[in-house]
Amino acid sequence: MNKINKDNFKQDAYKYGFVTEIEDEKIPKGLNEEVVKLISSKKNEPNWMLEWRLAAYERLKSMEVPKWARANIAEIDFQDLYYYSSPKDFKDKPKSLEEVDPKLLETYEKLGIPLKEQEALAGVAVDAVFDSVSVATTFKEKLNEIGVIFCPISEAIQKHPDLVKKYIGSVIPVTDHFYATLNSAVFSDGSFVYIPKNVKCPMELSTYFRINASETGQFERTLIIADEGSYVSYLEGCTAPMRDENQLHAANVELVALDNAEIKYSTVQNWYPGDEDGKGGIYNFVTKRGLCKGKNSKISWTQIETGSAITWKYPSCILRGDNSTGEFYSVAITNNHQQADTGTKMIHLGKNTKSRIVSKGISAGKSSNTYRGLVNFHRKAENSKNFTQCDSLLVGSSCKANTIPLTENNSNTSSLEHEATTSKISDDQLFYCMQRGLDAEEAQSLIVNGFCKEVLQQLPMEFAVEAQKLVSISLEGSVG
Amino acid sequence: MLEIKNLDVSVEDKQIIKNLNLKIGPGEVHAIMGPNGSGKSTIAHTLAGKPNYLVEAGNVDFKNEDLIAKDPYERSLLGLFLAFQYPIELPGVTNASYLKQILNAHRKSRGENPIDAGEFLKILKEKSRNLNIPMEMHSRFVNAGFSGGEKKKNEVLQMDLLDPSLIIMDETDSGLDVDALKSTSEAVNKLRDGKRSFLIITHYLRLLEYIEPDHVHVFGDGSIIESGDKSLASRIDNEGYEVK
Repeated sequence: MNKINKDNFKQDAYKYGFVTEIEDEKIPKGLNEEVVKLISSKKNEPNWMLEWRLAAYERLKSMEVPKWARANIAEIDFQDLYYYSSPKDFKDKPKSLEEVDPKLLETYEKLGIPLKEQEALAGVAVDAVFDSVSVATTFKEKLNEIGVIFCPISEAIQKHPDLVKKYIGSVIPVTDHFYATLNSAVFSDGSFVYIPKNVKCPMELSTYFRINASETGQFERTLIIADEGSYVSYLEGCTAPMRDENQLHAANVELVALDNAEIKYSTVQNWYPGDEDGKGGIYNFVTKRGLCKGKNSKISWTQIETGSAITWKYPSCILRGDNSTGEFYSVAITNNHQQADTGTKMIHLGKNTKSRIVSKGISAGKSSNTYRGLVNFHRKAENSKNFTQCDSLLVGSSCKANTIPLTENNSNTSSLEHEATTSKISDDQLFYCMQRGLDAEEAQSLIVNGFCKEVLQQLPMEFAVEAQKLVSISLEGSVG
Repeated sequence: MLEIKNLDVSVEDKQIIKNLNLKIGPGEVHAIMGPNGSGKSTIAHTLAGKPNYLVEAGNVDFKNEDLIAKDPYERSLLGLFLAFQYPIELPGVTNASYLKQILNAHRKSRGENPIDAGEFLKILKEKSRNLNIPMEMHSRFVNAGFSGGEKKKNEVLQMDLLDPSLIIMDETDSGLDVDALKSTSEAVNKLRDGKRSFLIITHYLRLLEYIEPDHVHVFGDGSIIESGDKSLASRIDNEGYEVK
């Protein structure tokens, strides 16, 4: 019924697919002890950091790639990857934006992240990570004044070794699982955040990750520590060029919230998803975990997952402090041949802990979308509560949606509530909107955005509008 | 304005409309009355372009354009508005943002800029007041949990907002109590400006007592079986559809 010119949509489907022509410097392909040492020396790391990496690498040798995801993952040859790539002449990190290669600034401008014109993103401090290095961090001085540390993790290792030493690996141990351990051995850069006691961070902190080089894995590491009574809202965004090959992105993100602290972590993930036939795209295998270490602490994950060929991640909360709260709000959209297996783990250890899970999965094309979650109440987690809501929306009839919620309740006084729905966009809804003048794409996007509303409204204002557009773009070409 | 010629329509392989002819001039108000299940709502859905409503023969001319060749949204942008008998719920979409979006779709097709938020609010307040719609309703999700009366008022609000040239009302009186029927009809009457045309589809006389038609047609067995002025509606009300 709707004459939609699909060819038009193909062309603007992924507008971040360009490649920046910039000379890069890579270390030789392959994974071995020398490579780990080389990465560490590139970063001028202290010995303790190198030892930590090498311990992870030792451990990795006896570990196997996990295979339980509900996804078809092509065999990855870990010896055929570059583990470090940086724009050339980047040995000395530029001290100010004036020293940054204009080509890099241009790249971020094209991505809608103007590092130079801060007026455009007032109220948001940005750390820009290009392949394996951090290019620039904005608003640093302003944040310094109130004691907030926001810098590349490579810099934090040099300047704040005590904090890094104390917390790195404290939430995701080096022994955790294959990809997390791989990251511990070869991580290149990422962001570090420390919010001092009783400081409410006055602006959004944001890291923008960009994979540019080919045949290169990106292994960033982010560590956020919110000291007692503090608050921070952090957002990450990700894009990559369109390439025929699958590229690996295996990040580790660790969050620590002390007494009465709150961390809000939002992700807008738009890695290149591959073409319509499923060729190319990012393998997004990420480990994200937050520890509510202190009493009354709170960690809230919000994720908008629209990109990647395969997304495999479970941002989780360990609720150790009494009265602590964990939240997970997720929109995962898959189109064409994309595969997503995502969800969360809420581990209730402390008393009176609460968790809330709201997952919205949208599948279109021939894609597959799985929610996988675990809610665990420890014996001592008295009077704890979980609420889980998993909604799936199917667009078309060739896609798949699965919901795998797992619960383990060892506490007599705790309670779980679970709701799940699967629905299709009804023809009546589309027709109603079209009768009022919206074309098929606009009508679908309106309905899908309505479906995701509860999650989208968790995002910081500055990004909510962008996220809505992204939701629409991700589903282009799937109507009719 | 609208001319339907020799129209045959089938839905799921069943022919519902057979050789329908109807001409509506600018500013005219036509009513189609018919018993339940006679297929009179099919006329409304066909004109609006509902999928699966298959035009087998005949044609429809709307403002000198071939209506049937157009997509539903193009028909809307051309000025055709259908007030639904059962307005559809859009969970998660607030009524205000929905109304703004459909208004902007029409503005865009006229080459106008999107409406500014302040101006939109002003228009929305004014038009809502005419229909006794509390502003609170606009922060709820479109039609979700609305009462029957609220849904119908919301339809009339949309027709007022989009300024169509032909309004088709499909059983707008169903589910309305007397007060709601009255205020809804008054709002519709305000839209009668001598240029805009109406096609009112109804089972009962009562709506036509508030919105007086120029022409009344009796629909049966897939076609118009009798036409007349508004006195025909009263006769049907007294004698029923069986008598001819």
